[in-house]
Amino acid sequence: MKPNYKNLAQYSLIVVAVLLLGACSTAPIQKGDVIEEPYFAPQDVLVPGTTYISDQIPDPWEGFNRTMYRFNYRFDKYFFLPVVRGYKAVVPDVAQEGVHNFFNNIRDITTLINSALQLSAKKTFITTGRLMVNTTVGLLGLIDVASSIDLPRQLEDFGQTLGYWGVGTGPYLVLPIYGPSNLRDTTGLLTDSMAMSTIDPLNLDGHPSSQVAYYTLYPIDTRAHVSFRYYETGSPFEYEFVRMLYTTKRKMDIEK
Amino acid sequence: MKRILSLLLIALWLVMGAVAADEPYGYPFDNKYVATVVGTPPKYMADLPKTIPVKNRSITIFPDRQVPDYLWYESEMRYSYVAQKGPAPLVFLIAGTGSPYNSSKNQDMARAFYQAGFHVVSLSSPTYPNFIVSASSTGVPGHAYKDAEDLYRAMERIWDTLKDKIQVTDFYVTGYSLGGFNTAFVTLLDEQKQVFRFKKALLINPPVRLYDSISLLDRMLENIPGGVDNFALFYNKLVTQVGKVYERSKSVDFDDEFLYQAFDAVNPNNEELAALIGVSFRISSANLVFTSDLMTNYGFVKPRNVTFTKNSSPGVYGKVSMRVGFTDYFHAYFYPYFHAMDPSVTRQQLIDEMSLTAIEDYLHKTKKIEVMTNADDIILEPGQVHFFTRVFGDRAKIYPKGGHCGNMGYRDNVAYMVNVFRK
Repeated sequence: MKPNYKNLAQYSLIVVAVLLLGACSTAPIQKGDVIEEPYFAPQDVLVPGTTYISDQIPDPWEGFNRTMYRFNYRFDKYFFLPVVRGYKAVVPDVAQEGVHNFFNNIRDITTLINSALQLSAKKTFITTGRLMVNTTVGLLGLIDVASSIDLPRQLEDFGQTLGYWGVGTGPYLVLPIYGPSNLRDTTGLLTDSMAMSTIDPLNLDGHPSSQVAYYTLYPIDTRAHVSFRYYETGSPFEYEFVRMLYTTKRKMDIEK
Repeated sequence: MKRILSLLLIALWLVMGAVAADEPYGYPFDNKYVATVVGTPPKYMADLPKTIPVKNRSITIFPDRQVPDYLWYESEMRYSYVAQKGPAPLVFLIAGTGSPYNSSKNQDMARAFYQAGFHVVSLSSPTYPNFIVSASSTGVPGHAYKDAEDLYRAMERIWDTLKDKIQVTDFYVTGYSLGGFNTAFVTLLDEQKQVFRFKKALLINPPVRLYDSISLLDRMLENIPGGVDNFALFYNKLVTQVGKVYERSKSVDFDDEFLYQAFDAVNPNNEELAALIGVSFRISSANLVFTSDLMTNYGFVKPRNVTFTKNSSPGVYGKVSMRVGFTDYFHAYFYPYFHAMDPSVTRQQLIDEMSLTAIEDYLHKTKKIEVMTNADDIILEPGQVHFFTRVFGDRAKIYPKGGHCGNMGYRDNVAYMVNVFRK
């Protein structure tokens, strides 16, 4: 089994792009040398020494991230969401549910590996149980039997494992299509994806048609279960809010 | 014997009838802050269809409008509609302060009215950034009459696109919170414009005097221990508390079930709840002032000679926006702006005009407008709720509890609001 070099190559390109575009300016344009003071000027309103949540999250690649954020909105609007809507319209609900359970079952392998890497006996035990029950009684994962017999779904990944062992978030990073992340979690994503290519539980290697089915359905199923829509909060500070919520949620996931 | 039995049955029926009529209002939360924050738990909600065939649309209101680069994604006004198959009455819904057409409260109302056989068109609040950018004539929201004109224009444009697709028997309008306030002025404007000839209007938890309500909401932030400068500490503490519940929870997502669970476990006190409400409204006001300032280049929080690009970071100007409240907006931006348009208008006049009391005579005389609100609504000054009983008489339904819009999803309330338009 060979690791997925194609993914690796794709993400190396991203890193290069980050370095190139990271320098992209996020400063507003100023006319003239002197700033015309607004009615509420920062120096009058902001109390020195105040802690701001937005300052606690490193975002040196903000220019790139904001560009990518806009790209993701357009990708969603003109391609991804129409495809998801088509999928929802055409595929019966029962089948959608089956597909979702099937991918969740595969995803449990990643959780299992990372539960073990975090030395969590409980999560490893539960997830092993889930995989065994759902793959057999649950007809290769199509039915989530485990959740109904008190084996609740755990969700672990290598980003969380790194966090568990004390690795910091690194800079915030908005990935193409995938969305909000950071350097640590992107590293995790790559590692998990290479591990899965190596294990190849679905025996995709050498079966192009299965590969096409997998890599088409998986993103569609994932997007169908994420309710987030770009620029729908209506806030001109949405980028900052999303950055804050993503970082908070990941912190909680690591502590869980 | 038979007669006695039937008398007994009648007596029993009367007693039971009396009991049923006197049955206490069953909305679960007596605490107005809990009601406002939590709303209606699922088991108390009205039985409504989970999904309805809603169409999300956007429309250009001002074709020549130059939208600032930073707000490029807001050029068209977003709204939604859901249509019945045959001829039916149509309800316009207006969202509350800073809320979109698809706010959860608007969605619940759309489900209720659709189930009851109405076409429904959902609109954002004129204070919602998308509306400010795409549909506000001034870019400076909060003006009772100007907002009503903007809403009316938006309704007319939407109706232009719909009238070939759906058959409408009568028009109705309703809104909650600031949307309820807007509803009153939209109905008044309709008397003059006569485009829709609204048959009925319902104001849900409206403010009486806008300035009183925004002052109350601004003050709620004082409940953050140490004031607004300590917001980061307050947030981090809350995150830690919620995180502890999350660690023990079976959920891997922040779904509704988890949020109710978290609320029970964290069990916030009144000060913390008031602070949360204050924060939520502060986010709305920050969104509003920053967006408005970009639209007019007034120089309120953003220097006039500084322009934001698509990639710009709001930076310190974003932080300043979070530090100024609705009352600051009123005194240092809203009043000077409208004073410049009409130098004869004074500050006090503007405060007095942005109020239902200013159109009291109309509200008293017209039989079209009804009110549904709560005795413990937190956006009303003590005693202000009596304005509704005094002016609307039996067209005002005052529930004993529910806080600000907390009981809107409760089954009795949903039945009541639908009935107002069915009568």
